[in-house]
Amino acid sequence: MSCEKIATGLIAYLDGRAGAGERREVESHLAACAACRARAEEFRGVWKALEEIPVVEPSLGFDARIRQRIAAEPRPRPWFWLIPSPRLAFSLSLLVALSAYISSRPPAIPQGAPPTEEGFKMINDLPVLEDYDVLSNFEALSELPQVPAQAPETQDPAQPDEEPVTN
Amino acid sequence: MARSDVQLMLEVKAGDEASFELLLRKYRTPLVNFLNRMVRDAATAEDLAQEVFLRVYRARKKYSPSAKFTTWLFRIATNLALNSLRDGRHRQMEVSLDAPPEEDEAPLDLPSRDVRADQMLIERERAERIRRAVLSLPEKQRAAVLLHKYQEMDYAEIGHVLDCSESALKSLLFRAYETLRVELAPLVTPASPAGTTGEGREP
Repeated sequence: MSCEKIATGLIAYLDGRAGAGERREVESHLAACAACRARAEEFRGVWKALEEIPVVEPSLGFDARIRQRIAAEPRPRPWFWLIPSPRLAFSLSLLVALSAYISSRPPAIPQGAPPTEEGFKMINDLPVLEDYDVLSNFEALSELPQVPAQAPETQDPAQPDEEPVTN
Repeated sequence: MARSDVQLMLEVKAGDEASFELLLRKYRTPLVNFLNRMVRDAATAEDLAQEVFLRVYRARKKYSPSAKFTTWLFRIATNLALNSLRDGRHRQMEVSLDAPPEEDEAPLDLPSRDVRADQMLIERERAERIRRAVLSLPEKQRAAVLLHKYQEMDYAEIGHVLDCSESALKSLLFRAYETLRVELAPLVTPASPAGTTGEGREP
Protein backbone atom coordinates (compact mmCIF):
# COMPACT_ATOMS: atom_id res chain seq x y z
CA MET A 1 0.00 0.00 0.00
CA SER A 2 1.28 3.49 -0.88
CA CYS A 3 2.16 6.21 1.65
CA GLU A 4 -0.79 8.33 0.44
CA LYS A 5 -3.27 5.52 0.98
CA ILE A 6 -1.90 4.71 4.41
CA ALA A 7 -1.93 8.37 5.50
CA THR A 8 -5.64 8.69 6.36
CA GLY A 9 -5.55 5.42 8.29
CA LEU A 10 -2.45 6.47 10.20
CA ILE A 11 -4.33 8.69 12.66
CA ALA A 12 -6.83 5.95 13.48
CA TYR A 13 -3.96 3.51 13.90
CA LEU A 14 -2.08 5.82 16.25
CA ASP A 15 -5.10 6.66 18.41
CA GLY A 16 -6.04 2.98 18.67
CA ARG A 17 -9.39 3.28 16.87
CA ALA A 18 -8.46 1.41 13.68
CA GLY A 19 -10.12 -1.88 12.90
CA ALA A 20 -8.09 -5.08 12.86
CA GLY A 21 -7.70 -5.12 9.05
CA GLU A 22 -6.68 -1.46 8.83
CA ARG A 23 -4.26 -1.92 11.70
CA ARG A 24 -2.48 -4.83 9.98
CA GLU A 25 -2.16 -2.83 6.76
CA VAL A 26 -0.64 0.18 8.53
CA GLU A 27 1.73 -1.97 10.56
CA SER A 28 3.05 -3.78 7.51
CA HIS A 29 3.52 -0.45 5.71
CA LEU A 30 5.31 1.18 8.66
CA ALA A 31 7.64 -1.79 8.93
CA ALA A 32 8.76 -1.14 5.36
CA CYS A 33 8.59 2.69 5.13
CA ALA A 34 10.97 4.83 7.20
CA ALA A 35 9.35 8.09 6.05
CA CYS A 36 5.92 7.04 7.35
CA ARG A 37 7.48 5.80 10.59
CA ALA A 38 9.03 9.23 11.07
CA ARG A 39 5.73 10.89 10.26
CA ALA A 40 3.95 8.69 12.78
CA GLU A 41 6.41 9.71 15.48
CA GLU A 42 5.94 13.36 14.62
CA PHE A 43 2.17 12.93 14.95
CA ARG A 44 2.75 11.54 18.44
CA GLY A 45 4.90 14.58 19.17
CA VAL A 46 2.12 16.89 17.97
CA TRP A 47 -0.40 15.20 20.28
CA LYS A 48 1.97 15.60 23.20
CA ALA A 49 2.53 19.24 22.31
CA LEU A 50 -1.21 19.90 22.24
CA GLU A 51 -1.35 18.97 25.91
CA GLU A 52 0.83 21.97 26.66
CA ILE A 53 -1.96 24.41 25.88
CA PRO A 54 -3.05 25.48 29.37
CA VAL A 55 -6.53 24.68 30.61
CA VAL A 56 -8.56 27.75 31.52
CA GLU A 57 -11.16 27.81 34.25
CA PRO A 58 -14.50 29.59 33.80
CA SER A 59 -14.74 32.94 35.58
CA LEU A 60 -16.01 33.03 39.16
CA GLY A 61 -19.33 34.50 38.13
CA PHE A 62 -20.00 31.90 35.43
CA ASP A 63 -22.41 29.73 37.43
CA ALA A 64 -24.19 32.69 38.98
CA ARG A 65 -24.72 34.27 35.57
CA ILE A 66 -26.21 31.12 34.03
CA ARG A 67 -28.46 30.63 37.10
CA GLN A 68 -29.63 34.21 36.75
CA ARG A 69 -30.39 33.74 33.05
CA ILE A 70 -32.26 30.51 33.73
CA ALA A 71 -34.26 32.15 36.53
CA ALA A 72 -35.31 34.83 34.03
CA GLU A 73 -36.66 32.20 31.62
CA PRO A 74 -40.49 32.15 31.37
CA ARG A 75 -42.05 29.34 33.41
CA PRO A 76 -44.99 27.30 32.13
CA ARG A 77 -48.21 27.96 34.13
CA PRO A 78 -50.44 25.13 35.44
CA TRP A 79 -53.37 26.18 33.28
CA PHE A 80 -51.23 26.80 30.28
CA TRP A 81 -52.39 23.60 28.59
CA LEU A 82 -55.84 25.17 28.27
CA ILE A 83 -54.45 27.65 25.78
CA PRO A 84 -52.34 25.62 23.41
CA SER A 85 -51.58 28.53 21.16
CA PRO A 86 -52.14 32.30 21.05
CA ARG A 87 -53.85 31.95 17.68
CA LEU A 88 -56.44 29.56 19.10
CA ALA A 89 -56.95 31.80 22.14
CA PHE A 90 -57.60 34.77 19.85
CA SER A 91 -60.09 32.77 17.76
CA LEU A 92 -61.98 31.66 20.89
CA SER A 93 -62.11 35.23 22.23
CA LEU A 94 -63.42 36.46 18.91
CA LEU A 95 -66.11 33.77 18.87
CA VAL A 96 -67.28 34.66 22.40
CA ALA A 97 -67.39 38.39 21.57
CA LEU A 98 -69.38 37.73 18.40
CA SER A 99 -71.89 35.54 20.27
CA ALA A 100 -72.37 38.23 22.94
CA TYR A 101 -72.97 40.89 20.29
CA ILE A 102 -75.54 38.83 18.40
CA SER A 103 -77.44 37.91 21.58
CA SER A 104 -77.61 41.57 22.72
CA ARG A 105 -79.40 42.75 19.53
CA PRO A 106 -83.32 43.10 19.61
CA PRO A 107 -85.05 40.31 17.76
CA ALA A 108 -86.34 41.24 14.28
CA ILE A 109 -90.19 40.82 13.67
CA PRO A 110 -90.68 38.24 10.99
CA GLN A 111 -93.06 39.15 8.11
CA GLY A 112 -95.31 36.16 8.54
CA ALA A 113 -95.91 36.78 12.25
CA PRO A 114 -99.51 36.62 13.61
CA PRO A 115 -101.30 40.02 14.19
CA THR A 116 -101.32 41.48 17.67
CA GLU A 117 -104.41 42.69 19.62
CA GLU A 118 -104.11 46.14 18.04
CA GLY A 119 -103.99 44.49 14.65
CA PHE A 120 -107.29 42.66 15.31
CA LYS A 121 -109.00 45.91 16.36
CA MET A 122 -107.91 47.55 13.11
CA ILE A 123 -109.33 44.66 11.11
CA ASN A 124 -112.74 45.03 12.86
CA ASP A 125 -112.89 48.77 12.09
CA LEU A 126 -111.90 48.28 8.49
CA PRO A 127 -115.43 48.92 6.89
CA VAL A 128 -115.77 52.19 8.80
CA LEU A 129 -112.35 53.29 7.74
CA GLU A 130 -113.09 52.38 4.15
CA ASP A 131 -116.40 54.46 4.22
CA TYR A 132 -114.58 57.40 5.69
CA ASP A 133 -111.99 57.17 3.02
CA VAL A 134 -114.63 57.18 0.24
CA LEU A 135 -116.68 59.98 1.70
CA SER A 136 -113.70 62.20 2.41
CA ASN A 137 -112.72 62.05 -1.24
CA PHE A 138 -116.27 62.11 -2.82
CA GLU A 139 -116.39 65.16 -5.17
CA ALA A 140 -120.17 65.17 -5.63
CA LEU A 141 -120.57 66.10 -2.01
CA SER A 142 -118.67 69.30 -2.53
CA GLU A 143 -121.36 70.53 -5.03
CA LEU A 144 -124.15 70.37 -2.46
CA PRO A 145 -125.23 73.71 -0.86
CA GLN A 146 -123.51 74.36 2.31
CA VAL A 147 -125.83 74.10 5.24
CA PRO A 148 -124.98 76.56 7.85
CA ALA A 149 -124.33 74.88 11.01
CA GLN A 150 -126.09 77.80 12.92
CA ALA A 151 -128.85 80.41 12.14
CA PRO A 152 -127.59 83.91 11.32
CA GLU A 153 -128.13 86.47 14.03
CA THR A 154 -128.38 89.53 11.60
CA GLN A 155 -130.88 90.09 8.72
CA ASP A 156 -129.81 89.74 5.19
CA PRO A 157 -129.77 93.27 3.55
CA ALA A 158 -130.78 91.82 0.20
CA GLN A 159 -134.16 90.78 1.66
CA PRO A 160 -136.57 93.73 2.26
CA ASP A 161 -138.49 93.83 5.40
CA GLU A 162 -141.89 92.49 4.50
CA GLU A 163 -144.83 92.13 6.58
CA PRO A 164 -145.96 88.62 6.73
CA VAL A 165 -149.01 88.16 4.48
CA THR A 166 -151.92 87.43 6.38
CA ASN A 167 -155.31 86.82 5.10
CA MET B 1 -24.05 4.87 41.69
CA ALA B 2 -23.37 7.90 39.48
CA ARG B 3 -26.14 8.79 37.13
CA SER B 4 -25.31 8.99 33.44
CA ASP B 5 -25.52 12.28 31.56
CA VAL B 6 -28.58 11.03 29.70
CA GLN B 7 -30.24 10.10 33.00
CA LEU B 8 -29.43 13.54 34.42
CA MET B 9 -30.84 15.22 31.34
CA LEU B 10 -34.04 13.18 31.56
CA GLU B 11 -34.37 14.34 35.15
CA VAL B 12 -33.89 17.93 34.02
CA LYS B 13 -36.66 17.27 31.51
CA ALA B 14 -38.88 16.11 34.38
CA GLY B 15 -38.24 19.40 36.17
CA ASP B 16 -35.26 18.59 38.41
CA GLU B 17 -33.12 21.74 38.51
CA ALA B 18 -30.46 20.05 40.66
CA SER B 19 -29.62 17.66 37.83
CA PHE B 20 -29.04 20.59 35.53
CA GLU B 21 -26.68 21.98 38.15
CA LEU B 22 -24.69 18.71 38.05
CA LEU B 23 -24.40 18.86 34.26
CA LEU B 24 -23.34 22.49 34.49
CA ARG B 25 -20.55 21.68 36.96
CA LYS B 26 -19.38 18.71 34.91
CA TYR B 27 -19.21 20.39 31.52
CA ARG B 28 -18.58 24.09 32.13
CA THR B 29 -14.76 23.74 32.07
CA PRO B 30 -14.54 21.43 29.01
CA LEU B 31 -16.99 23.67 27.16
CA VAL B 32 -15.25 26.92 28.02
CA ASN B 33 -11.89 25.42 26.97
CA PHE B 34 -13.28 24.01 23.74
CA LEU B 35 -14.86 27.36 22.85
CA ASN B 36 -11.79 29.29 23.96
CA ARG B 37 -9.67 27.23 21.57
CA MET B 38 -12.23 27.69 18.83
CA VAL B 39 -12.74 31.47 19.05
CA ARG B 40 -9.59 32.38 21.03
CA ASP B 41 -11.21 35.19 22.96
CA ALA B 42 -11.90 34.16 26.57
CA ALA B 43 -14.84 36.52 27.10
CA THR B 44 -16.52 35.38 23.88
CA ALA B 45 -15.88 31.75 24.81
CA GLU B 46 -17.65 32.29 28.15
CA ASP B 47 -20.58 34.03 26.47
CA LEU B 48 -20.93 31.17 24.01
CA ALA B 49 -20.67 28.57 26.81
CA GLN B 50 -23.47 30.38 28.64
CA GLU B 51 -25.53 30.28 25.48
CA VAL B 52 -24.91 26.53 25.12
CA PHE B 53 -26.19 25.82 28.65
CA LEU B 54 -29.16 28.11 28.12
CA ARG B 55 -30.07 26.29 24.91
CA VAL B 56 -29.77 22.94 26.65
CA TYR B 57 -32.10 24.19 29.38
CA ARG B 58 -34.59 25.59 26.89
CA ALA B 59 -34.60 22.33 24.92
CA ARG B 60 -35.08 20.15 28.02
CA LYS B 61 -38.77 19.44 27.35
CA LYS B 62 -38.02 18.18 23.85
CA TYR B 63 -34.93 16.20 24.81
CA SER B 64 -34.84 12.59 23.71
CA PRO B 65 -31.76 10.45 24.27
CA SER B 66 -31.17 9.55 20.64
CA ALA B 67 -27.41 10.23 20.90
CA LYS B 68 -24.82 10.64 23.62
CA PHE B 69 -25.33 13.74 25.70
CA THR B 70 -21.82 15.01 24.93
CA THR B 71 -22.46 14.67 21.19
CA TRP B 72 -25.55 16.85 21.53
CA LEU B 73 -23.81 19.32 23.82
CA PHE B 74 -20.74 19.78 21.63
CA ARG B 75 -22.82 19.91 18.48
CA ILE B 76 -24.60 22.96 19.93
CA ALA B 77 -21.25 24.42 21.03
CA THR B 78 -19.60 23.80 17.66
CA ASN B 79 -22.46 25.34 15.71
CA LEU B 80 -22.46 28.40 17.95
CA ALA B 81 -18.69 28.78 17.62
CA LEU B 82 -18.76 28.38 13.84
CA ASN B 83 -21.62 30.87 13.53
CA SER B 84 -19.79 33.30 15.76
CA LEU B 85 -16.64 33.00 13.66
CA ARG B 86 -18.56 33.31 10.42
CA ASP B 87 -20.31 36.42 11.69
CA GLY B 88 -16.89 37.98 11.44
CA ARG B 89 -17.09 39.46 14.88
CA HIS B 90 -14.08 37.50 16.02
CA ARG B 91 -12.31 37.06 12.72
CA GLN B 92 -9.88 39.83 13.49
CA MET B 93 -8.77 37.86 16.52
CA GLU B 94 -7.48 35.00 14.41
CA VAL B 95 -3.87 36.01 14.29
CA SER B 96 -1.05 34.57 12.25
CA LEU B 97 1.70 32.53 13.78
CA ASP B 98 4.11 35.44 13.39
CA ALA B 99 1.96 38.01 15.15
CA PRO B 100 3.19 39.16 18.55
CA PRO B 101 1.30 38.09 21.65
CA GLU B 102 -1.51 40.35 22.73
CA GLU B 103 -0.76 42.94 25.34
CA ASP B 104 -3.98 42.45 27.27
CA GLU B 105 -3.29 38.84 28.07
CA ALA B 106 -3.08 37.87 31.72
CA PRO B 107 0.20 38.84 33.32
CA LEU B 108 2.68 36.13 34.12
CA ASP B 109 2.71 34.84 37.64
CA LEU B 110 6.47 35.15 37.97
CA PRO B 111 8.23 33.50 40.89
CA SER B 112 11.05 35.27 42.70
CA ARG B 113 13.84 33.23 41.19
CA ASP B 114 15.04 34.37 37.76
CA VAL B 115 15.81 30.86 36.50
CA ARG B 116 12.35 29.66 37.28
CA ALA B 117 10.93 32.78 35.65
CA ASP B 118 12.91 32.16 32.49
CA GLN B 119 11.73 28.58 32.36
CA MET B 120 8.13 29.63 32.77
CA LEU B 121 8.51 32.24 30.09
CA ILE B 122 9.89 29.66 27.65
CA GLU B 123 7.07 27.26 28.45
CA ARG B 124 4.52 29.99 28.02
CA GLU B 125 5.89 31.05 24.65
CA ARG B 126 5.93 27.45 23.53
CA ALA B 127 2.32 26.92 24.60
CA GLU B 128 1.34 30.14 22.89
CA ARG B 129 2.93 29.01 19.65
CA ILE B 130 1.11 25.68 19.80
CA ARG B 131 -2.14 27.47 20.50
CA ARG B 132 -1.60 29.74 17.52
CA ALA B 133 -0.91 26.73 15.31
CA VAL B 134 -4.28 25.27 16.34
CA LEU B 135 -6.01 28.60 15.79
CA SER B 136 -4.53 28.88 12.31
CA LEU B 137 -6.33 25.69 11.21
CA PRO B 138 -9.49 26.05 9.12
CA GLU B 139 -12.53 26.16 11.42
CA LYS B 140 -13.85 22.67 10.73
CA GLN B 141 -10.41 21.08 10.98
CA ARG B 142 -9.87 22.93 14.24
CA ALA B 143 -13.14 21.67 15.68
CA ALA B 144 -12.27 18.12 14.58
CA VAL B 145 -8.87 18.26 16.29
CA LEU B 146 -10.31 19.73 19.50
CA LEU B 147 -13.05 17.10 19.72
CA HIS B 148 -10.60 14.30 18.85
CA LYS B 149 -7.75 15.36 21.07
CA TYR B 150 -9.38 17.01 24.10
CA GLN B 151 -12.87 15.49 24.25
CA GLU B 152 -11.61 12.08 23.13
CA MET B 153 -14.72 11.46 21.08
CA ASP B 154 -14.84 8.54 18.70
CA TYR B 155 -15.12 9.12 14.96
CA ALA B 156 -18.86 8.48 14.81
CA GLU B 157 -19.49 11.10 17.49
CA ILE B 158 -17.25 13.71 15.89
CA GLY B 159 -18.83 12.98 12.51
CA HIS B 160 -22.25 13.56 14.07
CA VAL B 161 -21.12 16.83 15.66
CA LEU B 162 -19.55 18.11 12.43
CA ASP B 163 -22.18 16.58 10.19
CA CYS B 164 -19.77 14.58 8.04
CA SER B 165 -19.10 10.92 7.26
CA GLU B 166 -16.48 8.88 9.09
CA SER B 167 -14.23 8.67 6.04
CA ALA B 168 -14.53 12.43 5.45
CA LEU B 169 -13.65 12.96 9.10
CA LYS B 170 -10.54 10.77 8.86
CA SER B 171 -9.40 12.81 5.89
CA LEU B 172 -10.19 16.05 7.74
CA LEU B 173 -8.23 14.94 10.80
CA PHE B 174 -5.26 13.81 8.72
CA ARG B 175 -5.07 17.17 6.93
CA ALA B 176 -5.32 19.03 10.25
CA TYR B 177 -2.63 16.97 12.00
CA GLU B 178 -0.42 17.14 8.92
CA THR B 179 -0.61 20.96 9.01
CA LEU B 180 0.19 20.95 12.73
CA ARG B 181 3.08 18.53 12.17
CA VAL B 182 4.64 20.91 9.67
CA GLU B 183 3.93 24.05 11.71
CA LEU B 184 5.18 22.61 14.98
CA ALA B 185 8.12 20.68 13.55
CA PRO B 186 10.69 22.87 15.34
CA LEU B 187 8.99 22.22 18.68
CA VAL B 188 8.20 18.58 18.28
CA THR B 189 10.83 16.06 19.15
CA PRO B 190 9.95 12.47 18.37
CA ALA B 191 9.20 10.70 21.62
CA SER B 192 10.95 7.55 20.48
CA PRO B 193 13.27 6.51 17.66
CA ALA B 194 11.75 6.66 14.17
CA GLY B 195 11.91 2.92 13.79
CA THR B 196 9.36 2.28 16.51
CA THR B 197 5.95 1.05 15.37
CA GLY B 198 2.76 0.16 17.15
CA GLU B 199 -0.37 1.83 18.41
CA GLY B 200 0.03 5.07 20.25
CA ARG B 201 -3.44 5.61 21.79
CA GLU B 202 -2.28 9.15 22.34
CA PRO B 203 -5.23 11.55 21.94
